[in-house]
Amino acid sequence: MAPSPQRRIDVAGLVIALLLLALAGLVWWDMTKLQILSPYDLGPKVMPIVVSIGLTLLAIGNAVGALRGDLPARDSLDWKPIALILGGLACLIILIAIGGGFMIGTALLFATTSAAFGRRAFPTDLLIGAVIAVFIYVLFAKLLTLSLPAGPLERLF
Amino acid sequence: MEAFASLADGLAVAIQPMNMLFALIGVLLGTAVGVLPGIGPALTVALLLPITFKLDPGGSIIMFAGIYYGGMYGGSTTAILINTPGESASMATALEGNRMAKAGRGGPALATAAIGSFVAGTIATLGLTFLAPYLVDIAVSFGPEDYFALMCVAFVTVSATFGDSPVRGLTSLFIGLLLGLVGIDILSGQSRLSFGIPELYDNIEVTTLAVGLFAVGEALYVASRRHVHEEKLEAVRGSLWMTKEDWKRSWKPWLRGTAFGFPIGALPAGGAEIPTFLSYSTEKRLTKHPEEFGHGAIEGVAGPEAANNAAAAGTLVPLLTLGLPTSATAAMMLAGFQQYGLNPGPLLFADQPKLVWGLIASLFIANAMLLVLNLPLVGLWVRLLKIPQPWLYAGILVFATMGTIAANPSPVELVMLTVFGVLGFLMRRFDFPIAPVVVGLILGPIAESQLRRALSISLGDPMVLLQSPISATLLGIAVIALVLPFFLKGLGRFKAVED
Repeated sequence: MAPSPQRRIDVAGLVIALLLLALAGLVWWDMTKLQILSPYDLGPKVMPIVVSIGLTLLAIGNAVGALRGDLPARDSLDWKPIALILGGLACLIILIAIGGGFMIGTALLFATTSAAFGRRAFPTDLLIGAVIAVFIYVLFAKLLTLSLPAGPLERLF
Repeated sequence: MEAFASLADGLAVAIQPMNMLFALIGVLLGTAVGVLPGIGPALTVALLLPITFKLDPGGSIIMFAGIYYGGMYGGSTTAILINTPGESASMATALEGNRMAKAGRGGPALATAAIGSFVAGTIATLGLTFLAPYLVDIAVSFGPEDYFALMCVAFVTVSATFGDSPVRGLTSLFIGLLLGLVGIDILSGQSRLSFGIPELYDNIEVTTLAVGLFAVGEALYVASRRHVHEEKLEAVRGSLWMTKEDWKRSWKPWLRGTAFGFPIGALPAGGAEIPTFLSYSTEKRLTKHPEEFGHGAIEGVAGPEAANNAAAAGTLVPLLTLGLPTSATAAMMLAGFQQYGLNPGPLLFADQPKLVWGLIASLFIANAMLLVLNLPLVGLWVRLLKIPQPWLYAGILVFATMGTIAANPSPVELVMLTVFGVLGFLMRRFDFPIAPVVVGLILGPIAESQLRRALSISLGDPMVLLQSPISATLLGIAVIALVLPFFLKGLGRFKAVED
């Protein structure tokens, strides 16, 4: 990295510092609701106090780094693949939550992730994802006797 | 010799046909998953944990041993052939190994890595065999305050001492400690940071965290910067075998790498990065072919690979004898033990000698299997590397989500997986190390309970931490290890100004 005469303030770094501070506050607030039951046990409060103070100090440390522009260089970011993958995960979660089973969701996740990595064959990938879902179902549910969330499709097997 | 007798007992367990089969499956699965780009040994173990869920503890822990070594082995294959080290400890291997592959010497590079890993793994496992009983004897006399102090050392060294930035390393560690708070506090029965969500009451699963951070995080990260960075697979051309010259240039680096790797791995300091880089720079200094370094020197593959594997076996010393994981992979192994209610430490050696020594004996067997199977099978692993990237990551995500939901059938668990994935993505983007989060989550609650036990024995007097000589010394080491990098960084800055 070439040292520039005027280092820029890293806004993302400051956001990270603020998030850490918010987490520290959350831990502290949660700690105040706990009760100490035994006079000899330091109780469940000690560790949250340590973590909260630590996070506060680290928030300051990160903020200083951000103000100095000490953060490592970053590449430009492509948001579309991220949205595709997270969208696939969201579909899977919703489908399982409403009792749609995991197979449709898995096929969708496979196809969206594949698209996120630049494939342009959504229907084919959906089919491949479905085949993999069946394979995993047989492996997990039948061979290893693990339970996977069942929906209309899974009940056919 | 006590160690020999124990090892012989262990071998008797390990060579039972069923256990041999478990070791074989472990080795094959570990290599197959570890060879996939972007999957390091820690994620390999995390992804395969749910598969061993319903097996009996003995067999599945032997399988872990195979997965552990297989994952290491697969990782080095990827580092050599695509130059994407799955973990920082493979970086040195990628440096020279990928150049060798580009120059058409991929075969010998893979061979020296494999044989070096075998040599280092075997010597280091022997070291583990002889060191473990001594450490167990010492560990038995440890009080809770000593354990707590030891964990402080591990926390500091894992996060602050060896990373690029102590602040970012400690930030990762504290995020892990925060996640470790979530759930019901065993000693008081009160829930912390659970917000009334039932899934959060029984703590955050280490596997969910690791798979989220490593698998989902990695997929998001690679997808987001696909337009700037593309991977290229080097074909294995020419002979697979090492020439006489290659052997002559390899055996000393193997031994030196082992000498770096095992002691550093065995210390509760963590990390295989330091020994691999020490080994790399040593070989660079000692070589008779300095002109080849940076263009594919076989010593630069042989040494660091040996160091890496020796360190991996070394981290099993604190893990098995003290219950102290000092790397993300070791943390996953500990999670594997915990899923059967087993707690590694001196008591495990006393209560379950068959299991522990069976595991150690299996390490030898897994190592030999890797050597015998994997050199001939290298063509098969290379074919796995050719899976198109979209399908590869899609498959990883599908397997990651299914493993998570099979272990904990609830959509909330998947939401957590996704959140950890986003966290892993952000941490990669802003260069925060990931291993300290995993170590913090798994070690934080243990450290807390040791601290509280120590304080309740001393009736709340915190001086107990300094009155025990062991604990006082360890805490002193932890403070030095915490302050040192800031001091050294200051020195580095002075140097930069002088330049």
